[in-house]
Amino acid sequence: MQTLTQKLANPTRFMQLSGAVLPWIAVLAAVIIAYALYLVFAVAPPDYQQGQTVKIMYIHVPSAWLALMTYGLVAVSSFGLLVFRHPLADVSAKAAVPIGAAFTFLALFTGSLWGKPMWGTYWVWDARLTSVLILFFLYLGLMALRSSLDDEATAAKLTAVLALVGVALLPIIKFSVNWWNTLHQPSTGMTSTVDPSMRVPLLIMALGFTLMFFAMHLKAMQNEILRRRVKSMRVSDVARRDGLTTASTSAAG
Amino acid sequence: MDLGPHAAFISWSYASVLLTIGGLIGWLVFDGRRQMAALRDLEARGVKRRSSVGSGASDDDSLGPGVRK
Repeated sequence: MQTLTQKLANPTRFMQLSGAVLPWIAVLAAVIIAYALYLVFAVAPPDYQQGQTVKIMYIHVPSAWLALMTYGLVAVSSFGLLVFRHPLADVSAKAAVPIGAAFTFLALFTGSLWGKPMWGTYWVWDARLTSVLILFFLYLGLMALRSSLDDEATAAKLTAVLALVGVALLPIIKFSVNWWNTLHQPSTGMTSTVDPSMRVPLLIMALGFTLMFFAMHLKAMQNEILRRRVKSMRVSDVARRDGLTTASTSAAG
Repeated sequence: MDLGPHAAFISWSYASVLLTIGGLIGWLVFDGRRQMAALRDLEARGVKRRSSVGSGASDDDSLGPGVRK
């Protein structure tokens, strides 16, 4: 009996299943984000210290959450490639990296814009900010490494190894605010210390962002599968033409 | 709505998310259409996928190098 991962290992089946699920996830994500935006701008009160600037939190925190979650997904996919040789593992890892880089950029950028009015500076080299910046460079490094190698199999394995080495960064990012004295605030313990009037919109926005990520990841995986099919067909087309040319040359000779 | 004295920071934050996510979604849609067009073009020229050539091979080989079952 096949497990779910074995069933999904077939790209054609994956394309069919993801094609059916993707529109629903995308629409659900859009509806939830729209509702979260309504709560943020029409219901959630200003913070008693930060005023309206707290509204940046509703996009900064989900972006930071997705920056880490995406890297976790890249690492799991890389593990799946190196250990289990799962046919879709490399597709998943490759598709997730640019999306993770985008969310890490957003976490840094919105955090910087939040920091200026609250801390008086756009940037400080504290442990949390610096470790997230390294995560951003790690994402860029994964993309650069893959694109620098022509052989796709070698590129897949080397980027998977680098991705697994980079996992060590995740606990450093997570616990940096506890281990070191940072300007960045400590963890709010899954936002439990935030007032419900702000926590609920934040959690709904995080849910919307997460669903949006999965929709984008599925679409990126579909694109990658199609790209590999096109490449494979072009190679077989060239081989077929070469064969015909060789055969006609032999016949003429 | 009044966003207070730091309205520009809030606006730029939301604009950056809109631009980045919008750009990412736009790129994904564009890339998907480009790959589909290339696939249709190859099929129209009679190029077949290895899995449909009649060897009974799995669709998995369409993923190319780097992965195997």
